[in-house]
Amino acid sequence: MDEKTLAFLKDKAKTISRHIIEMTGAAGSGHPGGSLSAADIITYLYFKELKIDPNNPDWPERDRFVLSKGHAAPVLYAALAERGFFPVEDLVTLRKIDSYLQGHPDMKRVKGVEMTTGSLGTGFSTAVGMALAARMDKKDNFIFVLLGDGEIQEGQVWEAAMAAAHYKLDNMIAILDYNGLQIDGPVSEVLSPEPLPDKWRAFGWEVLEIDGHDFDAIEKAINKAKEVKGKPTMIIAKTIKGKGVSFMENEAGWHGSAPNKEQVEKALAELS
Amino acid sequence: MESMATRDAYGKALVELGRINKDVVVLDADLSKSTKTDGFQKEFPERFFNIGIAEQNLIGCAAGFATSGKIPFASSFAVFATGRAYDQIRNSVSYSHLNVKIAASHAGITVGEDGGSHQMLEDIALMRAVPGMTVIVPADGVETKKAIFAAAQYVGPVYIRLGRPKVPIIFDEDYIFAIGKAAVIKEGSDVALMATGIMVSEALKAAELLQNQGFSAAVVNISTIKPIDAETITKVAQKTKAVVTCEEHNIYGGLGSAVAEVLVENCPVPMERIGVKDVFGRSGKPQELMEKYGLTAKDIVDAACKAMARKTK
Ligand SMILES: Cc1ncc(C[n+]2csc(CCOP(=O)(O)OP(=O)(O)O)c2C)c(N)n1
Ligand SMILES: [Mg+2]
Repeated sequence: MDEKTLAFLKDKAKTISRHIIEMTGAAGSGHPGGSLSAADIITYLYFKELKIDPNNPDWPERDRFVLSKGHAAPVLYAALAERGFFPVEDLVTLRKIDSYLQGHPDMKRVKGVEMTTGSLGTGFSTAVGMALAARMDKKDNFIFVLLGDGEIQEGQVWEAAMAAAHYKLDNMIAILDYNGLQIDGPVSEVLSPEPLPDKWRAFGWEVLEIDGHDFDAIEKAINKAKEVKGKPTMIIAKTIKGKGVSFMENEAGWHGSAPNKEQVEKALAELS
Repeated sequence: MESMATRDAYGKALVELGRINKDVVVLDADLSKSTKTDGFQKEFPERFFNIGIAEQNLIGCAAGFATSGKIPFASSFAVFATGRAYDQIRNSVSYSHLNVKIAASHAGITVGEDGGSHQMLEDIALMRAVPGMTVIVPADGVETKKAIFAAAQYVGPVYIRLGRPKVPIIFDEDYIFAIGKAAVIKEGSDVALMATGIMVSEALKAAELLQNQGFSAAVVNISTIKPIDAETITKVAQKTKAVVTCEEHNIYGGLGSAVAEVLVENCPVPMERIGVKDVFGRSGKPQELMEKYGLTAKDIVDAACKAMARKTK
């Protein structure tokens, strides 16, 4: 990746992270931790990778992105707004009674949201359906999906994983936001899904392991995944929950609580 | 007025129960801080099991515990505990009448900002339709504690619906709770407000407003939705000759439906239903949502006037 692109993506990711803080701060609730951990991945997808058109959100040839870990809605909304799907000013209406920006992604209300999610595990199956349909229609697009490392405790995830491999869905690229935390604490203590690379390989997936905050690594992995034939790819992206905000980083408590005024200011200063 | 969330009362009751009954085990699915089972976990780590984000497995494991003489309390949000795990509740738990207690929090629109995906409005309907399932919706913290102890005593599957927000304490400690018994908490002769869960305190407010307008409203707390207390419902309806049901649930399949079934068979009288009118919820503050979906005391008053106007002269 050239330096200009890298600088652009880093800057964009910061802007998106700032939006996440402002949105959850204004709402007084929401999920900053898991939104921040995915900010770099989402930035790469929406500003370097996805074939999408904000002026034509239903363009049939577009790539699809499903946010299966739907509680990270703030990062998705921030990316969509920055990409021009709706006004950036609307972001701070998140979770308010008159806003179209629901606490969890709602495809009927928000342009650019490809699937309604919030119930963990459900988005992944819908991505498999999208990939099957795309292949049926001989499209050359890709179906991307982001999962949480707690989310993959859902049995449905492994049902979908089996189906994607069975149907050899090489048009499907899954990314795991491997931040090591869920609500009740470290994933390894609550209910360990390890060893993850082995499990996904055993389920018939190509597995790549990267640093989810390294844009070069994200780019290389996605490009490699697009070349894989005959099977879907899982990119296990090691991330930091609460990334970029010192007092939120690696703290399970910031999964689902919003920053107060002071904390918003402190966080924004760190993200400037 | 003192207030407390029913989920908080549940958490406290579990700890007390755990102290006197060693067979009680608690299972959760990565929401122990929200469902308030974390208190039990702290005191009895060897009897607490976090199953991870896997509600189907949560209920399945609870069924297994029940076959081995334990009294499992399984908790998650109402939407996932009953929706995601419906088949396990039906086929593993209830079909064999296993002694599983499903205590689910965050029911209804008062979940608030998380939005429609998390606001369970069909759980009473789902659980009521399962043969052999007892369905309890406590109105306040006091009743919650009594319901949890009663559920532990009773042998068989029980669903207990709990809420997220603080709600006023209505009952004092000598309130008597019995599974299957509705309680007339205010006598009245013009209309009966039959309510469940957080709507009981709203119904009490409505009764006061009606009083100011010169109407005498009875208030009935129907905390056991199944088995429904047909006797009390019929007796009150015979006296008031008009009924309003009040629930934080879809108007289809919940308390309103249960009461309508009783009345149509025993004592048909004009009846109005307060509830969410067959739509999904949305993000907003709990109080704003109560207003938006027509669940306030004022809405109950309007419905009561409508029901009374329909009485045959
Ligand atoms: C089916 C289901 N069960 C429970 C929840 C409640 N919940 C929301 S987020 C979350 C933890 C998710 O952890 P993880 O997937 O690791 O997300 P991240 O760390 O990326 O935020 C839980 C249990 C849910 N949304 N859906
Ligand atoms: Mg995680």
